[in-house]
Amino acid sequence: MTVTWTAICRLDHLLPERGAAALLGDTQVAVFRLHDDQLYAIGNGDPLSGAQVLSRGIVGTRGEVPVVLSPMHKQAFDLRTGACLDVPGVGVPVYPARCRDGLIEVAVP
Amino acid sequence: MRLVVIGNGMVGQRFVEALAARDVDRGWSVTVLAEESRRAYDRVRLSAYFEGVTAEELTLAPPGVPTGTEFLLGEPAVAVDLAERVVRTAHEAYPYDALVLATGSRAFVPPVANADAPHCFVYRTLDDLDAIRAHAAGQRTGVVVGGGLLGLEAANALRLLGLDVRIVEHAPHLMPLQVDVAGGALLRRRVRALDIAVDCGEGVRDVADLDADVVVFAAGIRARDELARASGLAVGPRGGVLVDSSCRASAPDVWAVGECAAVDGVTYGLVAPGYAMAEVVADRLTGGDSTLDTPDMSTKLKLLGVDVASFGALTGPLDVVYNDPATGVYAKLVLSDDAQTLLGGILVGDASAYPTLRASVGGPLPGTLADLMASGAAPVGLPDSAQVCSCHAVTKSDVLDAVACGHTDIPAIKACTKAGTGCGSCVPLLRSLLAEAGIAQSTALCEHFGYSRQELFDIVRVRGIRTYSELVGAVGTGRGCDLCKPAVASILASLGGGHILDGEQAALQDTNDHFLANLQKDGTYSVVPRVPAGEITPEKLIVIGEVARDFGLYTKITGGQRVDLFGARVEQLPAIWRRLVDAGFESGHAYGKALRTVKSCVGDTWCRYGVQDSVGLAVALELRYRGLRAPHKIKAAVSGCARECAEARGKDFGIIATENGWNLYVGGNGGFTPRHADLLLSDLSTTDLVTYVDRFLMFYVRTADRLQRTSVWVGNLGLDYLRAVIVDDSLGLAADLDAAMAQHVDGYVDEWRAVLDDPVKLRRFVSFVNAPDTPDPTISFTVERGQPVPLLSIGTRP
Repeated sequence: MTVTWTAICRLDHLLPERGAAALLGDTQVAVFRLHDDQLYAIGNGDPLSGAQVLSRGIVGTRGEVPVVLSPMHKQAFDLRTGACLDVPGVGVPVYPARCRDGLIEVAVP
Repeated sequence: MRLVVIGNGMVGQRFVEALAARDVDRGWSVTVLAEESRRAYDRVRLSAYFEGVTAEELTLAPPGVPTGTEFLLGEPAVAVDLAERVVRTAHEAYPYDALVLATGSRAFVPPVANADAPHCFVYRTLDDLDAIRAHAAGQRTGVVVGGGLLGLEAANALRLLGLDVRIVEHAPHLMPLQVDVAGGALLRRRVRALDIAVDCGEGVRDVADLDADVVVFAAGIRARDELARASGLAVGPRGGVLVDSSCRASAPDVWAVGECAAVDGVTYGLVAPGYAMAEVVADRLTGGDSTLDTPDMSTKLKLLGVDVASFGALTGPLDVVYNDPATGVYAKLVLSDDAQTLLGGILVGDASAYPTLRASVGGPLPGTLADLMASGAAPVGLPDSAQVCSCHAVTKSDVLDAVACGHTDIPAIKACTKAGTGCGSCVPLLRSLLAEAGIAQSTALCEHFGYSRQELFDIVRVRGIRTYSELVGAVGTGRGCDLCKPAVASILASLGGGHILDGEQAALQDTNDHFLANLQKDGTYSVVPRVPAGEITPEKLIVIGEVARDFGLYTKITGGQRVDLFGARVEQLPAIWRRLVDAGFESGHAYGKALRTVKSCVGDTWCRYGVQDSVGLAVALELRYRGLRAPHKIKAAVSGCARECAEARGKDFGIIATENGWNLYVGGNGGFTPRHADLLLSDLSTTDLVTYVDRFLMFYVRTADRLQRTSVWVGNLGLDYLRAVIVDDSLGLAADLDAAMAQHVDGYVDEWRAVLDDPVKLRRFVSFVNAPDTPDPTISFTVERGQPVPLLSIGTRP
């Protein structure tokens, strides 16, 4: 399954641990650069409130798991798997993200 | 086996559902014969039908039908043949192996001449309400016969239909069954305040005497037992199908539930006992042996805007009464003769103590009536069955059970019981329950820091730490969460850490600070320019109007005497604020855990009662403390005389003018546990007042817990201790606190102006980093009362 990468912005455009929203086709993606420059990209829609706001959530850890806390009602989402840690069975899509020549690229099917 | 149910009202519907839940292998095939042409609907909320709620929204029938069940609407039973075990309708015969009567009750029409005139109605079914509405169109006056619960509800309905309404009650006062004379008098004053006339102690002989366009009889109900009587079934002394405590009627395999049933001769007009009967019979028909325990007669409802609650027995050997006509609050507790046991009671006007009192019926009094009425609920010594979290109906015993099986901190209790996951205002109560259960609660802020907020504040200050990474590296673990990052952000801001969106701090900010605006449920933001003390020039009012109009924003006056603009998308915020800043406005910090406003009344500038210039002081204080970040939001007010029109005593700090200067009150609050601020110091000069408020605020900023309002903080410290620290400088901190406030005042910069002047910060205010000109396509609005409001296809609470 070939993956098509789309560049969205420069790496140094993103502040560590402060997400940003990107639009790829009609898919809204929340992109996060962690304090060690790891990159994650998940669906921007908060499934519990329905609003497109996850990119605006606080980034942190729960135990060892890197998470973003929804700005609406603070449920935690695992940035690696998209699973919601507070409401079983709820989650968001996860998209591959990488940095090539200082540009952040995300692959959306 | 064949089961016939006569009646599809609320209890009939509940019975069908209860049976379906238990009869898993579908032993019963059920036929429901319903007189009305609609499926069951919520008769308790019937009056909502006149407040825009549709019949569909009132339905109690879930979509679809339980398998093996058929509902025959508009097909009333006309006869029951006990010998043949057959129910007959006008068209069919339905043999039964079991028969359940759920025929409810009918409105009682007193023996009055012309009671069947075309303008006379009863108030029981949706068809009745349709008929009343049709007839009331274009009419002027309406009379309700009957001043009980139903009468007050019917009066409200006629009022909503635009009629001049009069209630006629033959008993000496309103709600004679629930409330005594004093309570009735108070209720009458509250009802008269809604310009509904009330005539008590008057019987009605002839409808013509009432001289009204519309007459509604709401004089009680009578069990519908005509089918039972005709079939030979036993009936109660005051009507109703006579049944025993298992709801079994006098013939084999015949049961009765709801208002038509006379359980050991007693009929019940409330839905809760009816539901209990439905559950008992459903259990009995699936092999169970349950019986009805004494029904709970408690009710809590709002009639014409008045809270009315009754619980347990309404009369007894000893009454304790609390009657305050000024605030329109009445309460009576019914006690055992030795005053040790609570038997029941009545609350009118303020029912906040209802959960605690209802849960205490049969046991000791949870507190003196005066305390209960003042504080609403006595948390300490709360009975186990008292409701702790109203969002998810979690009781104290639920919480204690969770604690018992190892959930010994707030997050665990939240996960296990869902308490505190709604509005969250019961979290302090959960903490006190943990303390009550003897759980040593760690003061650690979260999993990332083993310190309390106050300890972290001192560490940051003493070590001169400037960033979160530095702090977590020194004394924490992991990369933080929604508890510690905003707390550290607030600490850094309180210690003059520069603009909160500078550098790494931008990644610490909570939901609203994140974009210096209040996030709304659909992802848009609200904007609140500062309006010091609520005083604004016509020109600035015009600017706010123009900005809202040009950006299509929804406008509303706020509780803090300023204007809130809703519906701004994140990428619009800079353009909106550019217009506001250019017109001389600045950030109102409605988004921050910071000072919000210092409200004011006009004081001696205009008011004939004013004794000091409250507006002048309020403006000066708001401009002094604006932007001061703190453990939680800070609200203040200044009143120009003892009439207290600025409601200063409901604020974190409140100031009331006196002949000789100012009285300073602290620790007031609205919220979950409303509290009037306490008098800290009196007759202060303005200079002394400012000094003491400076120290009060700075001491709060440094020592309060995370998200702890001053009301709780002052409660913990005690006024004397606080006075000692602030006035007598008992801790030798005064100079330090004064200097810190001076630094805050001198260093203040408007956050929004700073963003507009900084391209790096401005760049973040975009919809999408790779498509800055494309708005979020999921945001859309509809119009309500002439203003844009979110189109709610999204944005519903979990």
